[in-house]
Amino acid sequence: MSESKPESGPVPNPRVTWEGCSVLLDINDGDRLVFARLSAGSTLKIGNKTFSLRPLIGCPFGSLFQVESGKEKPYLSRFVPPTEENNVQDEGGCQSQEESRDNRAIIDNNQAQSLTGEDIEAMRRQGATGDEIVEALVANSATFEKKTQFSQEKYRLKKQKKYAPRVLLRRPFSRSICEAYFKKYPARIGFLRVDALSLLLSMANVTANSDVLVVDMVGGLVTGAVAERLGGTGSVCSTYLGGTPYPIEIIRMFNFSNEICKRILRCSFNDLCSVQNDMGEQVNQHEDVCAMESQSNEKTSLSVSTEDVHLSSKNGDTDLVPENELSTSSKTCKAPKAGEKATKEVIQSWKENGFSSLIVAAPEQDAWSLVKDLLPLLTYSAPFAIYHQYLQPLATCMHNLQHEKMAIGLQISEPWLREYQVLPSRTHPCMQMSGTGGYILSGTRLYTNTSQP
Amino acid sequence: MLLMDSSKKISFARCIRDGDLVIVYERHDTMKAVKVCENSVLQNRFGVFKHSDWIGKPFGSKVFSSKGGFVYLLAPTPELWTLVLSHRTQILYIADISFVIMYLEVVPGCLVLESGTGSGSLTTSLARAVAPRGHVYTFDFHEQRAASAREDFERTGISNLVTVGVRDIQGEGFPDEFSGLADSVFLDLPQPWLAIPSARNMLKQDGTLCSFSPCIEQVQRSCETLRSDFTDIRTFEILLRSYEVREWKLDHSKPDDGSSVACPPCKRRQPSSEVSVVDNANSPAVMARPSAETRGHTGYLTFARRKCVT
Repeated sequence: MSESKPESGPVPNPRVTWEGCSVLLDINDGDRLVFARLSAGSTLKIGNKTFSLRPLIGCPFGSLFQVESGKEKPYLSRFVPPTEENNVQDEGGCQSQEESRDNRAIIDNNQAQSLTGEDIEAMRRQGATGDEIVEALVANSATFEKKTQFSQEKYRLKKQKKYAPRVLLRRPFSRSICEAYFKKYPARIGFLRVDALSLLLSMANVTANSDVLVVDMVGGLVTGAVAERLGGTGSVCSTYLGGTPYPIEIIRMFNFSNEICKRILRCSFNDLCSVQNDMGEQVNQHEDVCAMESQSNEKTSLSVSTEDVHLSSKNGDTDLVPENELSTSSKTCKAPKAGEKATKEVIQSWKENGFSSLIVAAPEQDAWSLVKDLLPLLTYSAPFAIYHQYLQPLATCMHNLQHEKMAIGLQISEPWLREYQVLPSRTHPCMQMSGTGGYILSGTRLYTNTSQP
Repeated sequence: MLLMDSSKKISFARCIRDGDLVIVYERHDTMKAVKVCENSVLQNRFGVFKHSDWIGKPFGSKVFSSKGGFVYLLAPTPELWTLVLSHRTQILYIADISFVIMYLEVVPGCLVLESGTGSGSLTTSLARAVAPRGHVYTFDFHEQRAASAREDFERTGISNLVTVGVRDIQGEGFPDEFSGLADSVFLDLPQPWLAIPSARNMLKQDGTLCSFSPCIEQVQRSCETLRSDFTDIRTFEILLRSYEVREWKLDHSKPDDGSSVACPPCKRRQPSSEVSVVDNANSPAVMARPSAETRGHTGYLTFARRKCVT
């Protein structure tokens, strides 16, 4: 084809699942998102039934699965939607112009459906598929024919989600991980919305072969996103003030190769600044970190596998992947370790060259006190991007940077994102919208002849 | 521009050399790209600048003209390039660019197809995202614009990551040689629905597509066409609001005559006080407010994933 082979060597982003990989399960088209790790024993609970995830191993990301009635019990089966389904929708679009029905005569008294719960159970026991149950419900609804075309589609979709739920197998990527967390546990990622995250990566010019300095107090999401863009080159240094590194467990959800993992390094701010490191002391610290890592690996892989992001938990169930998944995961598919302590050589190289850029995501900290100490570690003309939930700390930081003439091209930006529903005759912005994705202060470090020895 | 080899990498040791591309920063809204040339000069409102004065200085330096004015010399990045490049067409700006790259899941090693190339604003950021092992194949039906884009990519040092083709994608589709190989496709065309069937053939299963359209009617038509072979179809708009920052000294020693323009309204003022109850006298406050001018609309971004069929 052409001279450049995009995937020479180890496949950079594999498109087929394997045993032990981390996946994001999208149940019923975004209603519920579950992070899981695929193994022979891992399971998923939908409603009050538990399904094995084994059929998902070895399938391409993007595959769709539907609940099927089996001889013994229901199971997840690979499902390829037929294209007729889509023609129905298109037809609906054409007919909408002649729609004469409306809902003036429909009374919502919960008595329209003549099939009972027992009837449905009986059908299931006889082996009826989810789709057949949905059709039966439609046939037994007294008000169905009176509904408008759109209303009928909505009804059908609602029944299908309940009686024939579908599971979409998705790749965990910065985008999907950030969106999942932002929807359900936004506080854990400091309300960093996906567009704000994307701006941080662009404004800090994150690219292959760069050495990026990161202050990540959002669970590892930013560190992971940077590592994804580095693609196994360069390095990302996650630094921390004080003695304890910030937790970065979100990194384990990305399916990072060993090459990428070994470039995710941690280094305390003191170590970055100090000229000499006692060799012995560093080795001990390294071992301590490893011991801590392997302990917390157990704990965090449990939290990864049971990480459950409910969007509409109508029945309030929290579905957890049972603990047997944990023991199998530690046998076969231990996640490669990221976040090793940086060696003396690497720290030296960072000091000699300077970091290529800086990203700060410390939504509870004062921006200026962090930035004034970190900026000297950047090489000249290096870009930086600072994220904060609140405007004021960034305003103060920007003012001080201008006053001290440490940076140029300073800008505080607030991203605004709105999604649209696009359907024939039903196109409009979505009813729900995020109110804020935070603020970002960006700029470029200047050279001052008093700055670097 | 991109750190493809260590000799070009920007670092403390690396200084401006003859032949480098620098971004000359005059003011926050006035910048230009200049190729450093030993015998050249730059002339602007601040005076005459000799390039030879620049050589040997670090990037990020402040440099002076013959009459004492100054500018800053910055290392080029795709963001700065978007602000200085010559507009042959309407371009995409950082808000749309960064969101597209995140949402298309472009990472090193990816193969990306783009049409139209336009002025190469997005293309430059795509190249950054796929470096060092990936590639961007971009197409424009306008031969001269394609040539200008090629020149720009040479100047910014990304021409080994980008191939520009002259082709009418709406009429002919993408070349067959890419069938099933593309990780992502980006469309910025007047009638993208004409290119969507071809995009479908180019994409790997679960590959991502994005179409940028200024008008909602284009979006509606594109979404209809996408429904047969694509899933996870989502449409967004994204804008950036910027803020201005100013220092205001809250001067509490002035009498409360209500006519002082420099002081912003306070909650309470003691008419005769030297020291306020809450904070120190004459303490500077930094205030932020949204900029008065902002963009209202650029275009709608529609994303979709190629359905799996095997």
